[in-house]
Amino acid sequence: MAARKPAKKSNTSKEELLAFYREMLLIRRFEEKAGQLYGMGLIGGFCHLYIGQEAVVVGLEATTKEGDQRITSYRDHGHMLACGMDPKGVMAELTGRIDGYSKGKGGSMHMFSAEKNFFGGHGIVGAQVPLGAGLGFANWYRGNDNVSFAYFGDGSANQGQVYETFNMASLWGLPVVFVIENNQYAMGTAMKRSTSSPDIYTRGQAFGIPGEAVDGMDVLAVKEAGEKAVAHCRAGKGPYILEMKTYRYRGHSMSDPAKYRTREEVQKVREEKDPIDHVRDLLVQGKHATEDDLKAIDKEIKATVNESAQFAQASPEPDLSELWTDIYA
Amino acid sequence: MAINILMPALSPTMEEGTLAKWLVKEGDTVSSGDIMAEIETDKATMEFEATDEGVVGKILVAEGTEGVKVNAPIAVLLEDGEDATAPAPAVAPAQEIEAPTAVASTTAPASVATPDNRPTMEEIPAGTTFKTQTVREALRDAMSEEMRTTDEVYLMGEEVAEYQGAYKISQGMLDEFGPKRVIDTPITEHGFTGIAVGSAFAGLKPIVEFMTFNFAMQAIDHIINSAAKTLYMSGGQMGCSIVFRGANGAAARVGAQHSQDYAAWYAQIPGLKVVQPYSAADAKGLLKSAIRDPNPVLVLENEILYGRSFEVPEIDDFTVPIGRARIWRQGTDVTIVSFGIGMQYALEAADELAKEGIEAEVIDLRSIRPIDYETILTSVRKTNRCVTVEEGFPVCSIGNHLSAKIMTEAFDYLDAPVINCTGKDVPMPYAANLEKLALVTTKEVIDAVKSVTYR
Repeated sequence: MAARKPAKKSNTSKEELLAFYREMLLIRRFEEKAGQLYGMGLIGGFCHLYIGQEAVVVGLEATTKEGDQRITSYRDHGHMLACGMDPKGVMAELTGRIDGYSKGKGGSMHMFSAEKNFFGGHGIVGAQVPLGAGLGFANWYRGNDNVSFAYFGDGSANQGQVYETFNMASLWGLPVVFVIENNQYAMGTAMKRSTSSPDIYTRGQAFGIPGEAVDGMDVLAVKEAGEKAVAHCRAGKGPYILEMKTYRYRGHSMSDPAKYRTREEVQKVREEKDPIDHVRDLLVQGKHATEDDLKAIDKEIKATVNESAQFAQASPEPDLSELWTDIYA
Repeated sequence: MAINILMPALSPTMEEGTLAKWLVKEGDTVSSGDIMAEIETDKATMEFEATDEGVVGKILVAEGTEGVKVNAPIAVLLEDGEDATAPAPAVAPAQEIEAPTAVASTTAPASVATPDNRPTMEEIPAGTTFKTQTVREALRDAMSEEMRTTDEVYLMGEEVAEYQGAYKISQGMLDEFGPKRVIDTPITEHGFTGIAVGSAFAGLKPIVEFMTFNFAMQAIDHIINSAAKTLYMSGGQMGCSIVFRGANGAAARVGAQHSQDYAAWYAQIPGLKVVQPYSAADAKGLLKSAIRDPNPVLVLENEILYGRSFEVPEIDDFTVPIGRARIWRQGTDVTIVSFGIGMQYALEAADELAKEGIEAEVIDLRSIRPIDYETILTSVRKTNRCVTVEEGFPVCSIGNHLSAKIMTEAFDYLDAPVINCTGKDVPMPYAANLEKLALVTTKEVIDAVKSVTYR
């Protein structure tokens, strides 16, 4: 990953920077807490943390409007928080409790919010890509100007159904932003060992879909690229591909021994590219916030996260009768 | 030497066709590759080319003739120098195509003419008139009627629009509803099924046509993991109202990869509903119910049945409830349970058995999930014997499941073990004689009934 270019400040404001800081920090602290609860045995099964990738979803959410839809893979906690879902409901789902978004029946990988147009939370690598195009299809069918965001990773990018979807999305002009969150590792397989070309965004060329690579560690760069992509889709020009070059600090899941990369590699990204530090620097250097202001925000976020953790532990397990509900509408 | 030109078989299931138009007349000289006629099959109107050179000596079947059997002579081609008065060659007896399914529709019981006989049949008001319709037409009417009522319903699949449907099910629908609602897809089942499911998450009501369910294996992840499970995984927030439909099971002579019955596969999945109609009335009524259902519903059709005619009630908005079996024929000696094209063997067997004094009660499941256990159990408690009939593979078949259910719920009523008549445990062979053997046969059903009735 190249060192960050000097951030352009023209396309933002103090309020926006503060909002980005707050939202990214919420994801970071929430995920750290989830990792903690997992270690305590309160969260089970698979749990994929989003730490390091926060700028991607926060920057893109800044480009959305009412009615836009989003869908992603199983690394989904950040997407839910960024689109405004309640941290308490998300955490309670992680602990498998009745107050979770899916009444405890979905878990970390399967959460949804009809209210926030968040369509999951999908556990089959790549499946969310045609599903996301289907959300865009519904917008196209109804003739509105909403856009769907289909998030997937560099691992998914090698699934055949992704290219079936590119073909149809381009053919029919569907308003879909395909967001490739390239964190450089498909589980434990480095991109260079799995992916024939280093620039995944160019894979849309064969289908006539414009694409670009974006510094996914820079929330302002993400937002700028997102605005361009969204404008393209809303104007009825069909889909757009954004390849977000990003990085996850934690393992693929909680049971990842991380033997496929060095500690130094991770440490280097944390020190040089951290998306939250970046915004923090902008705030302080631009004199938009003092250290004390930021500490107050940190404290507030910590309280929100702790509250969600307490809620998630206090919420009861689902009633046994829930086993048999929600199978048919 | 004069050559007889025979009515060609232009599709795997074609038994007869319409000689729509002659493009040559008597006395014309034709050479190999010239188009001689237009022939309408069960699937499409096809041009028929000459394969030999010569002069059209005599046209034996006038244009516009319907029901011309495959292999019937339709014209005589003369070689140079011959004249039309030359004796035509001895016409080889038109080879009878021994399709295992060749049953004239008239032998099938009138499907809905005697509702008083059928305790589980939906109510048909007295005085209802019926029209004779093919399963194909009934399916099209079901889709069109629902699309007229609700803009959110659309049809998507390979060749559904401009080609008018690979099996002509969607004939005319593009004209009526336009390309936004009748959508031709590329040949990418995995992708377009995912797109359709995603659009259903967003509230649309797609009908996905698979040219055959064999191809749906490419898409089965979306049918099961995406469509069937999302309501549960979302704690009831996000449903998926979608219909997956298309030809299922064996057609005729299309080999192992195109001849599988998926009833048992999909029947296992909580969150899915599965129907497999036999008659045109049920095809129409069940498809309409499927489109309205808020859940994912698989409608397993059958290519051979597409051209079969049945009586369909002329009722505005005729629907058949999902999950209700239908008693086609009442009897006291044995219960035969079947569904889809299996019904044909069951009904044929029942007719034969009746001649020997064995009265079979024949139940058409119609719905594979949910299954109407009550109708089956009630019947078995009366007859004390049961034979199941299906074309699918024998291991983990629907019949196996019913046997277990009957054993658990009606063990004391049974006077004989339940016998499952199924397709054989082999990939479908191509050779005509082997294919016939691989499918379930009427004789096997008769033998099974005799076995359970100790005759």
